[in-house]
Amino acid sequence: MQKISPETIVGSRITNQSLRRWLHSLPGVDKVGLEQRAASLGTRSIKTTSKAWALDAAIKMMDLTTLEGMDTPERVRSLCLKAITPDPTDLSTPSPAAICVYGDMVPHAKKALEGTNIYVAAVATAFPSGRASMAVKLLDTKDAVKNGADEIDMVIDRGAFLSGNYLEVFKQIVAIKEACLRKDGSYAHLKVILETGELQTYDNIRRASYLAMLAGGDFIKTSTGKVSVNATIPTTLLMLQAVRDWFDEHGVMIGVKPAGGIRTAKDAMKYLVVVKEIAGEAWLTPEYFRFGASSLLNDVLMQKQKMKTGNYSGPDYVTVD
Amino acid sequence: MFEYAPAPESRAIVNFQKSYGHFIGGKFTKPANTFQTISPATEEVLAEISEGSAKDVDQAVKAARSAYEKTWSKISGSERGKYLYRIARIIQERSRELAVAETLNNGKPIKETRDVDLPLVASWFFYYAGWADKLDYAGLGPNPKAHGVAAQIIPWNFPLMMLAWKIAPALAAGNTVVLKPAETTSLTALLFAEICQQAELPEGVVNIVTGHGATGAALVGHPDVNKVAFTGSTDVGRLIAKQVAGTNKKVTLELGGKAANIVFDDAPLDQAIEGIINGIFFNQGHVCCAGSRLLVQESIQDELLKKLKKRMETLRLGDPLDKNTDIGAINSKAQLDKISKLVKQGQKEGGEVWAPNCPIPKNGFWYAPTIITGVSPTNTVAREEIFGPVLSVMTFRTPAEAVAKANNTPFGLSAGIWTEKGSRILKLADQLNAGVIWANTFNQFDPTSPFGGFKESGYGREGGRHGLLAYLKAGN
Amino acid sequence: MRLDVRKTYKLFIGGKFPRSESGRTYRALDHKGEFLANIAQGSRKDARDAVVAARSAQSGWDSATAYNRGQVLYRIAEMLEGRRDQFVSELQALTGISEKKANLEVDAAIDSWVWHAGWSDKIDSVAGNMNPVAGPFFNISTNQPTGVVAVIAPQDSGLVGLVNSIAPAIVSGNTVVVIASEKLALPAITFTEVLATSDLPGGVVNVLTGSEKEIAPWLASHQDVNAIDTEGSQNAVELELKAAENLKRVIRPGSYSRNGSQGSLQHILDLMEVKTVWHPKGH
Repeated sequence: MQKISPETIVGSRITNQSLRRWLHSLPGVDKVGLEQRAASLGTRSIKTTSKAWALDAAIKMMDLTTLEGMDTPERVRSLCLKAITPDPTDLSTPSPAAICVYGDMVPHAKKALEGTNIYVAAVATAFPSGRASMAVKLLDTKDAVKNGADEIDMVIDRGAFLSGNYLEVFKQIVAIKEACLRKDGSYAHLKVILETGELQTYDNIRRASYLAMLAGGDFIKTSTGKVSVNATIPTTLLMLQAVRDWFDEHGVMIGVKPAGGIRTAKDAMKYLVVVKEIAGEAWLTPEYFRFGASSLLNDVLMQKQKMKTGNYSGPDYVTVD
Repeated sequence: MFEYAPAPESRAIVNFQKSYGHFIGGKFTKPANTFQTISPATEEVLAEISEGSAKDVDQAVKAARSAYEKTWSKISGSERGKYLYRIARIIQERSRELAVAETLNNGKPIKETRDVDLPLVASWFFYYAGWADKLDYAGLGPNPKAHGVAAQIIPWNFPLMMLAWKIAPALAAGNTVVLKPAETTSLTALLFAEICQQAELPEGVVNIVTGHGATGAALVGHPDVNKVAFTGSTDVGRLIAKQVAGTNKKVTLELGGKAANIVFDDAPLDQAIEGIINGIFFNQGHVCCAGSRLLVQESIQDELLKKLKKRMETLRLGDPLDKNTDIGAINSKAQLDKISKLVKQGQKEGGEVWAPNCPIPKNGFWYAPTIITGVSPTNTVAREEIFGPVLSVMTFRTPAEAVAKANNTPFGLSAGIWTEKGSRILKLADQLNAGVIWANTFNQFDPTSPFGGFKESGYGREGGRHGLLAYLKAGN
Repeated sequence: MRLDVRKTYKLFIGGKFPRSESGRTYRALDHKGEFLANIAQGSRKDARDAVVAARSAQSGWDSATAYNRGQVLYRIAEMLEGRRDQFVSELQALTGISEKKANLEVDAAIDSWVWHAGWSDKIDSVAGNMNPVAGPFFNISTNQPTGVVAVIAPQDSGLVGLVNSIAPAIVSGNTVVVIASEKLALPAITFTEVLATSDLPGGVVNVLTGSEKEIAPWLASHQDVNAIDTEGSQNAVELELKAAENLKRVIRPGSYSRNGSQGSLQHILDLMEVKTVWHPKGH
């Protein structure tokens, strides 16, 4: 990880005031223009070879997710096996980038995925609300890291953000980042969930993105999937602009992960178009772009089958997970 | 990596006839004195169309006069409206066909004809259909009257859309029309003639005569024309203004522009970039209201230009029928030559010309999206309408300087303002001498919204209640 | 016996009373053909100066509040009322009409100012629009003055015709250069004295006397004039042809009645430009 100095970037000692000044100096976002741009990219037509590439890419960029109260070790194991062999009828199908689970499921996922390149991502910091004391959030994180989580998906304190306490949000991310430290001195990858549906305005989303990048997040992620508005194309587009500009300015590449509500291959391809045209092809890799999704995989698999056979597939021809 | 494979829209949906006559009195005349009309993207001949003579024009005007007197002025407003609704519906039903036809004949991307031109064409007819039985509320007092026969001449940049802007309000107000489409893009107007037949519009209410400038001049000069509506170049607008001098003909002119798109340092930058792109590269810059002069606050020029160039590199130029094409073909060889000449002039006068490295197809007429930086107000490219995908970039330091530079042109069609400061927008909107001001957006059109210029950009408005007034006079 | 002090009549440009730069004058005669006064015979250079004055006054007059413009126009009515007798006698002398008829014309002129004054802050309420566009945009159309208007005042109506030609132009924020009726110039000159003592900023109304045949073509071809009202011109077609050069807005002769105590909103609007402003709605 390249080291960035928040003080240098903000241009002063980090205080709530200096953060506020810095965040509020970012160019505004015009909602209508942003959404028009997103809609226009949505009309891109992806055919033949590019479609085949995109479908595989979508799988490779997937964080195959199960985040339910009723999750069990068996359920997680089953999902891991699905990740290892997404389509038993086509063994050339790539695997998703990661399995995303609650912290207590990390050991089970690790075990099931042993010997594969599939990462285990754990949601942490009192996911999804984030309403717990810092001590609990830190413990939540450390526990997951200790159990072998490769990636931590934390949530920001939206309450603090919306009340203007940027310093608190910043400090929490920094602290969680430190909690991602492994014994060998490396860090678990940190994805910072902004919960854009709760931040409500695009200006807030841009500011939260910058705050997360400043605090050392490796990824900025849209949503928990647990509120009414999850990932949208305009939100993802905006966050991709943020990481693009961050790279231009500071030379550090940050990843973007839309999560929640992405269910179809068609949707996924629209996102990939946005990645390509906004951030550029450098981001078209699992290292810098992920989909947080549960039901997306099967739709992509059905599309792959359609491309192969020419016939529309059906749910009986892909496995339940 | 992720390259888009070609995704061409099928052209099988369009059937052009081999040759077309004029549409007069509800029927097509026998093709005569034909000339070829091509696809500017491939130079393929699409059909032959007829050169309208003074006699053809006379017959068309007579047909329009007779329809005006015998049918159109006799039926009620609500019946007129129903014809327009019917036309609107047929346009929606045939919208894909018309979009492909327009793209073939004009060279503009299918993305635009499909998503912009055709939806607006239909909405224009829907909007004015509703006015036909409400003319008493137009603002001229009770029982306003139509002028009679309207002569309408439209340009090649938005062929069907300009037709809709002209015909819909004219018919709603109770006029009959003779319309001359541009010589390079007449085919969709001829398809529209078929739609009039399909809608069983009374014969002679809409007449279409194809041909070049002389045909248009004959139409404007015809003594039995009561109203002239023209969209096109300022030079031709001047000729028309002279031609009608001393007559009782009412005139509206929608002419050229050299719009300033003003970007302040507090602008929503990413949206401003899109606004600049949309402002000048929409429809290859063949747009009279194009934001062809970028006025950027000096303090953000470097950052903005960097982003703009990066964005321009993602523009896809090529086959207009490909759904992923952003920039299509230049409409004609003549226009291409004019653009090239003006850019060369800009370079000669010290401007720095930049274009992304985009492959140019072998056949057809193409011009890469281009920006010219270091332009000063005295440069040709800052003053003359290029009517192509070429943006001239200038800077300013203060709002007053921005206004002075923006207004420093004989044109006054449109202007753009990009800033997050509301009070500044309202002040600038007052100060800018332009008929349409887009603040934090650009190139938006709507049938309810008046469009038209100040100064040499013409007079009269199209769209909205104001657009209707151009086709009405106060009753007695 | 005391020798009376005669007045030298001058032009009215930029709120001042200059002589014609040409130094020329012509003789105004009464209806019996008797000498009445020497009138300045304006030249093309005077026209040029008048356009400069009108242009420099325009943005200030335009940016005055509509309420303020209405008050200024009403003030003109007040001042006109105060000099009613002078206008009555001038009109009588020039045209030979009865005192009653002359009074009626002055009445109409005064009332027309009052009528126009009231329009200043109502034009946009009546002729502007909020447009319900099919998208997330605020969209409003307002009317703005076109700029500098050249007015060839009617030849046969020395006061009310003049008033009904000036008022519709200036009420919205235009400034004007008027060529007064050649024969009936005296009321126009007297009227400039009314203007000079009202609250009208200098340059908003500029009045040239002389031959419209000689001066009007220079105004019609002037590139810094935005509109021309050819009502009183003997060569309206020629003016319209020249006006086409920079696409001036043209009011053709006979378009509007100039004799009443009320004008026409359409006349006011003909000298205005519709401006439509778009802004996205969103947070």
